[in-house]
Amino acid sequence: MSLESATIKKIARLARIGLDEAAVTRLQAELNGIVGWVEQLNEVDVSGLAPLASVSGTTLHLRADVVNDGGDREAVLANAPGREGPFFAVPKVVE
Amino acid sequence: MSYVIEGRTGPWEIVVGLEVHAQVVSQAKLFSGAATAFGAEPNTQVSFVDAGFPGMLPVINEYCVAQAVRTGLGLEAQINLVSRFDRKNYFYADLPNGYQISQFEQPIVGTGKILIEAPGMESREIGITRLHLEQDAGKSMHDQDPTRSMIDLNRAGVALMEIVSEPDMRSPQEAAAYLRKLRTILRYLGTCDGNMEEGSMRADVNVSVRRAGEGYRTRCEIKNVNSIRFVSQAIEVEATRQVAVWEDGGVVDQETRLYDPQRGETRSLRTKEDAHDYRYFPDPDLQPLVISKDWVDGLRAELPELPDAKRDRFVAQFGIAPYDASVLVAEQANAAYFETVAAGRNGKLAAAWVTGELFAALNRLGVGIEASPVKAADLGALLDLIADQTINGRIAKDVFEDMVETGRPPGEIVASRGLRQVTDTGAIDTAVATVLAANGDKVAEYRGGKDKLFGFFVGQVMKAMAGKGNPALVNEALVRALAENV
Repeated sequence: MSLESATIKKIARLARIGLDEAAVTRLQAELNGIVGWVEQLNEVDVSGLAPLASVSGTTLHLRADVVNDGGDREAVLANAPGREGPFFAVPKVVE
Repeated sequence: MSYVIEGRTGPWEIVVGLEVHAQVVSQAKLFSGAATAFGAEPNTQVSFVDAGFPGMLPVINEYCVAQAVRTGLGLEAQINLVSRFDRKNYFYADLPNGYQISQFEQPIVGTGKILIEAPGMESREIGITRLHLEQDAGKSMHDQDPTRSMIDLNRAGVALMEIVSEPDMRSPQEAAAYLRKLRTILRYLGTCDGNMEEGSMRADVNVSVRRAGEGYRTRCEIKNVNSIRFVSQAIEVEATRQVAVWEDGGVVDQETRLYDPQRGETRSLRTKEDAHDYRYFPDPDLQPLVISKDWVDGLRAELPELPDAKRDRFVAQFGIAPYDASVLVAEQANAAYFETVAAGRNGKLAAAWVTGELFAALNRLGVGIEASPVKAADLGALLDLIADQTINGRIAKDVFEDMVETGRPPGEIVASRGLRQVTDTGAIDTAVATVLAANGDKVAEYRGGKDKLFGFFVGQVMKAMAGKGNPALVNEALVRALAENV
């Protein structure tokens, strides 16, 4: 499998990353290298094997329904690029 | 009776499926320990996990999982002992991580069903496709500043159940009945409060139209409709629009639309073509969710009596009509009230009083049954006074009005106002004689064959007795007196 430059551009657009043509060419080569390397796994016969979700064999840890976090607005807003009173302030986005 | 839209070129059938987002009732969020309470100060119920800070790991809330399983059981659905969480990727300012943790390929609940009923409609089964757990997003406010949007993340990360129906509904009424029934079930289970005004239950509506006997045509999705009434309206408006498009030789595009209740129209949300390329993939932060059959059975054993079962029991136990029973079970509080009134009494009479006089009074006062000025035990006592002939049915209505106004028990009202029914035949005979003597002309007309005047005499006697005469005895006395003097 190899990635077309159109696919690279689409992925970049979906990820909101701006790329010029030179970057597209460079990334196309890099990503194709990565995909090609991972593609070697297709050579392994996994028929009859259940998908493996974890190598550690652990299952999902569950928490109790207890409120023990939150309540610190200043900490949550501390790194916000924009702030207005108690809110995060962001460039207006209306769908 | 089937619903059709009469187009220029003939009738069209409509096809509706619903995706309901139901906020899970829990103390803490789905993957963090922040609180979920509605209406808190902005950004005070936000953990670093909810705010998408680097290095934070989600840990799932067991109670939210239990709530989803309970809901699945209430929808008679298949419970998947192994399910999985995926990332749904999109960018929006109220989604700090840039992805929503959801369940795409392996939801926790599979196919189920809901029985819907409405007046003048046969009850019908609507299929449930699936139910999955996911995170809610934060809230954006666009009207506070000309160039910026304000973001409150209190809601970000609250657990949602997305409940997807099959495209089984064929009219706006059926869609409304489905939503009402789903809300009733959720409230019985205590898994979602079903409050559409506060947004804890929201509906996306898929609508298409077709000729009878055809396969499905292209559908449109109407996003985020926030009341049952608007859902019905939106379906009608959208289906009418689609009929016009097809009949004008056009093609309906699969797209997302918004319903504008003020203008009574749906509008296309002109999002970019790839806006729905969510690039789902398994969330590497979360192992598969594995639950045991024993745990599910334990939850099943603790389920409350659900509306359908309660309705059937009311019909069997109290002999009331199935439709009355379904009205009574729609709200748990109403059902409990009715049971208190009906216990050991005439079930039909109890149902008539609760769905008639009581509901009318509550409507008039604009209060729910929890705030009813008439307590269930007092309404029961009123029925006892009718049953043992202390008062007649007409006086009972007066007593009831007094109860609504003063909240006093009926016995006290009857005693203090002297409303006890007169069963003394002597007193009744006297009243009858007085009325007949005062209306000699009418008596003559009656005897001349004008039978309808009997009702007039009954009314006059009752009036003379201030409404307190025993109706059966008054009738008897009148028949006797009118016959005697011939």
